Amino acid sequence: MPVSLRPFRLLCFLLAGLCALALPTHAHADEVLVAVAANFTAPMQKIAAAFEKDTGHKVVTSFGSSGKFYAQIKNGAPFELLLAADEETPAKLLADNAAIAGSAFCYAVGKLVLWSSQPGLVDGQGEVLKRGNFSYIALANPKLAPYGSAGLQVMQALGVYEQLQPKVVTAENIAQAQQFVSSGNAQLGFVALSQVLKNGKIEGSVWRVPANLHRPIRQDAVILNRGKGKPAVLALAQYLKSAPATAIIQSFGYELP
Amino acid sequence: MLTDSDLQALWLTLRLAGTVTLILLLLGTPIAWWLARTHSWWKGVVGAVVALPLVLPPSVLGFYLLLAMGPHGPVGQFTQALGMGTLPFSFGGLVIASVLYSMPFMVQPLQTAFEAVGERPLEVAATLRASPLDAFFTVAVPLALPGFLTASILTFAHTVGEFGVVLMIGGNLPGITRVASVQIYDHVEALEYTQAHRLSAVMLIFSFLVLLGLYAWRPHPKKGG
Repeated sequence: MPVSLRPFRLLCFLLAGLCALALPTHAHADEVLVAVAANFTAPMQKIAAAFEKDTGHKVVTSFGSSGKFYAQIKNGAPFELLLAADEETPAKLLADNAAIAGSAFCYAVGKLVLWSSQPGLVDGQGEVLKRGNFSYIALANPKLAPYGSAGLQVMQALGVYEQLQPKVVTAENIAQAQQFVSSGNAQLGFVALSQVLKNGKIEGSVWRVPANLHRPIRQDAVILNRGKGKPAVLALAQYLKSAPATAIIQSFGYELP
Repeated sequence: MLTDSDLQALWLTLRLAGTVTLILLLLGTPIAWWLARTHSWWKGVVGAVVALPLVLPPSVLGFYLLLAMGPHGPVGQFTQALGMGTLPFSFGGLVIASVLYSMPFMVQPLQTAFEAVGERPLEVAATLRASPLDAFFTVAVPLALPGFLTASILTFAHTVGEFGVVLMIGGNLPGITRVASVQIYDHVEALEYTQAHRLSAVMLIFSFLVLLGLYAWRPHPKKGG
């Protein structure tokens, strides 16, 4: 065989391989495609597993930010159910006729904590905010993340925001805020209790922020147009309110509505 | 049309890209020169390390930079020992991360340009008693000038378009680490689509003009041998 043919053959094999990779994979009829707020990742994985075991339906989850999901859903993303991190995104989708009217419900209420990976830095009353003996405090972007705007409200309610503002580093979401704190780059930060609660324990030091210092962080779910009339979607929406699911939700540090 | 914070983000982006391009010109040139001329076994290793940012997801690079430059990381321990504090959430930190991230865009075009110059002109210069350093500046650099231009423009443009790494180590501080790409991302996430469209349009036009300049200005290949 002429040597010059070999690269050509190799290229053919490569192209065939790429074509195989590019083939679409098909979704099944009894599958539920759920868009889930990033902060609810861990509980949702457990709930999805329990739901699959109890009902035989399959759950496909996509984790991300509510703002991104909004843009994707408005532009034809195939999600059937949205578990948002706030109340606003489901309300906006309802107003845009992108979701099923009357299907929105609150599935969890977030608990805000001020957290440090250093033991003893954060006290049980949040006095550390007044002392200000740290160089950076991490906050999820208040414009984007409900936990971020709750943290901002807390600092404002305590009258310390003006003096702390130069020390505030803004994360895109609470997962990144936690990363800033756990890596030690920020000494403390406002995160969700669900992020730092590991098997009922919290490493470092924490202040569980009293609920009266900020608006409640209500996380709403809504059935999207793509999920209309699908029994599996309705079943999952119902399941989120059932005893097995609410037990999981509470075990991760959320409160129930 | 653009808000003050949009303009601030644009200016910061240009400042970052300019700084990174200058540093990489100084840092990338010797690396590219060595890569173009060495026969060492290390050539493959260094070439691969330089090219890594092309393949690694920016979020991966950013995450490990955050850990390394943080107070518990090796770089962070070093900068703290020098009394500089830590690098994340600072302009200097962004510059260092971007230098690593944009390295292949400077080194690879330069390496190609130096390789195209070849051994011959330098041998001729040596017979005329030019020192290696002299030959480098008076023979190799002028011959590789189009390569320098390509490398600088690509580095600048790539740093302007950087997002993932900045997102991971920046902390989104206005005027310090909030570059245009992050600002656009925030606008989109906050559903401020009008502002996102405007700033994106500015970025699009700018990027097109830069690349147009690069491709239109490129000198024609010399005729004959």
